[in-house]
Amino acid sequence: MLDWLDEFIWILMKIGFILTPLILAVAYTTYAERKLIGYMQLRVGPNRVGPRGWLQPFADVIKLAMKEIVLPSGASKALFMLGPILFIGPSFAAWAVIPFDAGLVLADINVGIIFLLAMTSISVYGIIIAGWASNSKYAFLGALRSASQVISYELAMGFALVSVLMCANSMNLGVIVSEQSGSILDWYFIPLFPMLVVFWISGVAETNRAPFDLPEGESEIVAGFHVEYAGMAFALFFLAEYANMILVSVLTALLFFGGWLSPFQGIPFLDDITQWIPGTFWLLFKASFFLFGLLWLRATFPRYRYDQIMRLGWKVFIPVTLVWIVVLALFLKLQWWPFNG
Amino acid sequence: MTDIRNYTMNFGPVHPAAHGVLRLILEMDGEVIERADPHIGLLHRATEKLAESKPYNQSIGYMDRLDYVSMMCNEHAYVLAIEKLLGITPPKRAQYIRVLFSEVTRILNHLLWLGAHGLDIGAMTMFLYCFRDREPLMDAYEAVSGARMHATYFRPGGVYRDLPEEMPQYQSSKWRSKESADELNKGREGSLLDFLWHFSETFPEHVDDYETLLTENRIWKQRTVGIGVVSPERAFQLGFTGPMLRGSGVAWDLRKTQPYEVYDELDFDIPIGKNGDCYDRYLVRVEEMRQSNKIIRQCIEWLKKNPGPVMVKDFKVAPPSREQMKEEMEALIHHFKLFTEGYCVPEGEVYAAVEHPKGEFGIYLVSDGANKPYRVKIRAPGFAHLAAMDEIIRGHMLADVVAVIGTMDIVFGEIDR
Repeated sequence: MLDWLDEFIWILMKIGFILTPLILAVAYTTYAERKLIGYMQLRVGPNRVGPRGWLQPFADVIKLAMKEIVLPSGASKALFMLGPILFIGPSFAAWAVIPFDAGLVLADINVGIIFLLAMTSISVYGIIIAGWASNSKYAFLGALRSASQVISYELAMGFALVSVLMCANSMNLGVIVSEQSGSILDWYFIPLFPMLVVFWISGVAETNRAPFDLPEGESEIVAGFHVEYAGMAFALFFLAEYANMILVSVLTALLFFGGWLSPFQGIPFLDDITQWIPGTFWLLFKASFFLFGLLWLRATFPRYRYDQIMRLGWKVFIPVTLVWIVVLALFLKLQWWPFNG
Repeated sequence: MTDIRNYTMNFGPVHPAAHGVLRLILEMDGEVIERADPHIGLLHRATEKLAESKPYNQSIGYMDRLDYVSMMCNEHAYVLAIEKLLGITPPKRAQYIRVLFSEVTRILNHLLWLGAHGLDIGAMTMFLYCFRDREPLMDAYEAVSGARMHATYFRPGGVYRDLPEEMPQYQSSKWRSKESADELNKGREGSLLDFLWHFSETFPEHVDDYETLLTENRIWKQRTVGIGVVSPERAFQLGFTGPMLRGSGVAWDLRKTQPYEVYDELDFDIPIGKNGDCYDRYLVRVEEMRQSNKIIRQCIEWLKKNPGPVMVKDFKVAPPSREQMKEEMEALIHHFKLFTEGYCVPEGEVYAAVEHPKGEFGIYLVSDGANKPYRVKIRAPGFAHLAAMDEIIRGHMLADVVAVIGTMDIVFGEIDR
């Protein structure tokens, strides 16, 4: 009789199982960022709250939670509040289709990639609404920049995804990963290397991270679209940005680096002795590597200008991906493809 | 037809890239700047007026606070102006010390500029790297004058005192282990000159590090090449000096063209740019740091070999030693007169300028024969540069405003005075 209730509770629990570690991961990504960039910049980063600064993220959360959310005069209240919610909602929802191990996925749908693209597109509305509702010129400029940037890079990212689909013949992320099984040589980063580069850079641009962080452009438009937000409303943007960073890293690992598959697959001895390591570990290990890359980029590069970012997206990435897709299609069709797929 | 109005944006005075308190009113067409209107005066402290009501020596401290990242160079111009009117020449050793510290100051200024310029364009790490190298130079300031920034070290007739024979050392404590203290004390074993020598040995490698991060970086080049181009003719007409002028390809440097102190005895080159854009000015300033390092090394070598007085022996402008004061009545009177009413400067007008890290920093001094200046006019290089903001930035994008403000090396202390 209460089957639907059982199922409902079970789904809620699953969501909890995904979101709780995710939020913790976000908290410690901020800590890792501050610490890593600190060491890259000859300083030590946070080290006061708790042993070696381990409790710093909690101190930040408490501080933000205690702060007043200031509503700017002339701001549209409903939209102002809707902005952060619309930004964080999709960035969490996207995690529904991410498989953490074989079969370990909340929603094993066949259009996983389409769902992901849809979710990342919806979060753009959050940015635009937040920037527009703030009634501030800096926020408005930031929102416009962000919207155009995310839309252009979504195209390049979409084409990069298409090439993965062509190889895997599926839009289900679980199937894409299992198609890569065999050995490390079967992972898609080898045949699709140009696509990996495009995907990764587009991913950095999608998440508005340095060197593509001009929607926030500290030194130009102060903090961009969230300049008027304080307290928890700002924290939601912050949380979503970091959740997106982790998502992009996990996606790169899933699509190009064999997801949860062990890198020792197919190597006789090593494979046997590393059999006990769970697939989730490998996924997170690979994702952390890309996450580290994101932080590294931030410490190294200057920021692009608005028109340069557009030029890179439209004049470089999109043509490259288009050509590569045609080439890839020819190879696959004529059966010249030396890799599985 | 609908009326299209430009978007007006307030850039500053509270803005992370406003370099202090610049208020820039931008009229924008989308992201493109149609007109830029810099508003100044938010840091006005009436330095020129204050100097009129104080004995000459008491205004030296105000000079430090003009351009607060190149403190001793400001003092230098003021002190040179007074010396010109008094008709005194400081001892050779004092001149070398002044040149040494002028170049230390140039490196200090250019490091802060490089860090801030990098930070403006988004290369956050540069800022912290540059501050690492500023630290020993600040320590040198402290060792010589007791203050890390506002030194008041140059005095008419020489410098306040001779270079110290030993450097202060870091102590190990509860928070600093013995090893890290020893690490920090490297180069501090000997005198100040040994310390600066140690710095000059490592500094060129550090500049190489900065260059690997920026010079060939594609994003850095995209952000600076062809941005804020000033032709040599226009640079003259706009009154540009310093790296802003040299970036446009004009070899004009007061250290070479009108040598003061001992610059004519030293071997150094004047880097010039070619295109007059932000990138050339960046290259000019980076090369200037290397040249300053070269000058510092020459000064240290000379100073090590030639001990001597660092202040004129004329007790009408320079205080007598404490020992003399205990013994001689006349010395005590001189001391009292000097520290109560100061010294009178002969009637006349004088202009003295130095090659400040930012350009030509000049002091125009009018004396009516009293112990206070009748009028002081400060020629701040940044003022002329900022005045050209509208011309340089027109047609560029919002992000370029930041690059241009950075390349002008604006410090509001000297512009607002």
